[in-house]
Amino acid sequence: MKQIGNLNKAGKNNITIIIIMFLLCIAPVFLSDFRTNLLGKFVAFAILALGIDLIWGYTGILSLGHGVYFGIGAYCMAMYLKLEADGGKLPDFMSWSGRESLPWFWKPFEIAPVAVLMALVLPTLIALIIGYLTFKNRIKGVYFSILTQALSIIFVVLFVGQQEFTGGTNGITNFKTIFHFSLASGSTKLWLYYISVVFLLLAFFFCKFIINRRVGKVLIAIRDGENRARFSGYNPTIYKVFVYCISAALAGLAGAVYVPQVGIISPAEMGIVPSIEMVIWVAIGGRGSLNGAIIGAILVNLMKSGVSEKFPAVWSYFIGIAFVVVVIFMPSGLVGAFNKLKSKLKSIKINKSANPAEDKILME
Amino acid sequence: MSTYLLQIFNGVSVSSILMLAALGLAITFGLMKIINMAHGELIMIGAYVTYVIQNIFIQYFDKSIFSLYYIIALPGAFVVAALVGYLLEISIIKRLYGRPLDSLLATWGVSLILQQLARSIFGAPNVDVKSPAWLEGGLVLGGTQLPYKRLFIIGLVIACIAGVYIFLYRTAYGRKIRAVMQNRSMAQSLGINTRKVDSITFAMGAGLAGIAGGALTLLGSIGPTLGTNYIVDTFMVVVLGGVGRIVGTVTGSAAIGIGNTTFEFFTNASLGKVLVFLMVIIFLQWKPQGFFTINSRALDE
Amino acid sequence: MSPVLEINDLTVSFDGFKAVNNLSTAVKKGDIHFFIGPNGAGKTTLLDAICGRVKPAAGNIIFRDGSDVTKLSEHEIVELGIGRKFQVPSVFNGITIYENMELAAVKVRSLYSSLFARLTKEQNERIKAVLNTIGLYEDRYNFPAKLSHGQKQWLEIGMLLVQQPEIMLLDEPVAGMGRKETEKTGELLRQISRQCSVVVVEHDMEFVRECANTVTVLHEGALLDEGDMESVQKNPKVIEVYLGRGERERLEE
Repeated sequence: MKQIGNLNKAGKNNITIIIIMFLLCIAPVFLSDFRTNLLGKFVAFAILALGIDLIWGYTGILSLGHGVYFGIGAYCMAMYLKLEADGGKLPDFMSWSGRESLPWFWKPFEIAPVAVLMALVLPTLIALIIGYLTFKNRIKGVYFSILTQALSIIFVVLFVGQQEFTGGTNGITNFKTIFHFSLASGSTKLWLYYISVVFLLLAFFFCKFIINRRVGKVLIAIRDGENRARFSGYNPTIYKVFVYCISAALAGLAGAVYVPQVGIISPAEMGIVPSIEMVIWVAIGGRGSLNGAIIGAILVNLMKSGVSEKFPAVWSYFIGIAFVVVVIFMPSGLVGAFNKLKSKLKSIKINKSANPAEDKILME
Repeated sequence: MSTYLLQIFNGVSVSSILMLAALGLAITFGLMKIINMAHGELIMIGAYVTYVIQNIFIQYFDKSIFSLYYIIALPGAFVVAALVGYLLEISIIKRLYGRPLDSLLATWGVSLILQQLARSIFGAPNVDVKSPAWLEGGLVLGGTQLPYKRLFIIGLVIACIAGVYIFLYRTAYGRKIRAVMQNRSMAQSLGINTRKVDSITFAMGAGLAGIAGGALTLLGSIGPTLGTNYIVDTFMVVVLGGVGRIVGTVTGSAAIGIGNTTFEFFTNASLGKVLVFLMVIIFLQWKPQGFFTINSRALDE
Repeated sequence: MSPVLEINDLTVSFDGFKAVNNLSTAVKKGDIHFFIGPNGAGKTTLLDAICGRVKPAAGNIIFRDGSDVTKLSEHEIVELGIGRKFQVPSVFNGITIYENMELAAVKVRSLYSSLFARLTKEQNERIKAVLNTIGLYEDRYNFPAKLSHGQKQWLEIGMLLVQQPEIMLLDEPVAGMGRKETEKTGELLRQISRQCSVVVVEHDMEFVRECANTVTVLHEGALLDEGDMESVQKNPKVIEVYLGRGERERLEE
């Protein structure tokens, strides 16, 4: 029996994520406070993109409702910030709507750890219910995508409609402090930025853990042939619900990281348009690659802020064309294109150095 | 009670527009496994075509024949939307066959481009289309007045659906379309030019969306994002009604349209939408494939 | 030889059309059991019913341990020890050949174990042995997309092998294979039957003659004859079903 190398270990490298993290860490040195703050927002988006990549890139489930989970995470954090800002008084929008006391479900959010926990737990719970009810019935593909899109619409409608509890169209804003540090101060902002980067790193390793374990292979197997996976003895429902919940939790975390840096959350952030834009970040970066998701989220948003500040119309055309071109011509995104280029270069090198006789032996 | 009846009547007329839009969507999805997110923008195109034709009449024709513009506008909306659909099919859609999720994303990009195009040409604010005089007023029926506009829309949709039905089930070309829908490779080996069938069908679905847009101008002002307001409801119709049968689309849009109005009447607009969504989820527990589907023994998704 | 699978009065219908009609038969332990019959005889539907893809209208299918597989979902049937290979080679293209084998080799397929459990030494050895048997050991880091049609079929059979089922259901395993590949597959089947019962649906009569221990002939969903290949071949009813069809077709032409 011939043995070549290990049975099960193929080479892995972490060089890309190290470069990304290094750049993110030194970025504040070169950027203004305003730009750093903006970058922090994009780092939050990158956390969410990791979740979308898990469910779409790896498992092949296209969710067009991740804005909802992002929004709920953000609202949980915003409720805490709002209560801290108003120091025991009723939040302003509530008294405008004629409420006299704090609703019962707002009360737990006075405690910071509860709010942070809820930002993770609530999205997970909603994803659990929606995911179980749809995946159990083998509703998949575009049907699932359309249902999640409808989900994002009804949450927007609900949040706009229930003004006395949610602040309506304006959302929740006018925060002052976080954990008693002033949100206006530059040092707090810098801290928040680095906390986002740390969370991104943690989220990355968490996702990496999942895809390197057997569960990651099962997810890919479900993507490539759900029925085949079923006939290999796996129950796709459980795995799909699991990955949907994980990605909802990551979206919730992203929302919670986003709010203190941006200072406002409104229903507009959870609608159809932002939800589908989140998917395009991953598509452009490279689905099925965690690095791709991070790169896509940060790069697209950098470009967006650069272009749309000056030419909003141009941005609409640009992102529209990007959707079309990436999906049709670069299905594995920037990372995929880069890898293709790399292997092409490699094969050119090999062709130059290889001995043709050796090739023949290998082929036999 | 009579206000509720009026609500139901309005619901019926809205769901009939939904029906028109969903019909094209369901056919293209059944035929090519393409989810066309730009379908809403084809509605918008139909609406703007009506607007343009109205303006042409105001500018170049005598006031006395102004009301006739609408009779030209509807076929115009069909033709222009169908043409845009055709161009879309031969340039983009054909590259996305058998990749439903990717088709969804790419066509969303198309919809962003079309919306921005509308914004650049007509401006972001909504514009109004003046309804023709012969559709003003209404039919008084037992104390409630049923507006002619809405009656006209219902009639128009019935005519369109009858037309599509005859086309699909009574003509040789329709038979080809149904053959491709049921078994593409078999149809191909029988000598049917499936490429041509695809693009013609897609154009037809687009044209129907255009008519829906023309009809919508009767109900309110129109803007670049007109399509987005309808697209999700339209898709819910397809989810609910199943794919590939006209009767499914009709049932689905009736359920969504009347469900929306009923729940909104008894609760409020925001809760109504939530309830309809919950109903759809509950319904799918019972029939995950929707009301009607073509049974097939094909193995994988 | 005791039966591992008993099929009792099984009827499967699609919108009133009975694809399998009141069929009773049994699969013996360690047997290579072929189901043959003209197109539309219900062979594939029978396999579908055994592995849970379709639910029968009547009848049951009893596994060795007494459980009725028609009441179970697909993955539970796999857990019992019934593996299925589909007609079109279907392997997972997004993971390496080794990882394909890994997914099949594990015994506990729960979420928890997929997250935390690693392969045991014994499982690794088994994967290695099977990879060598099917001749894909050196390709194990490659993705299946690079394999030939025949190699994909073997990979899929290999996945079934490491799964260590008690019954293996194969749907036309040699369709599209050349003579050489077919012979190798036959060899593989005989090897497999030392470990488990093999149920095969096949059109290639030469292949049936070469490998079959038991042959069941189906016609329009019902059992026409059962026995070894020689006795089945002599049955006038079987000859009529095959020849009769042939003659009719000739007349139509």
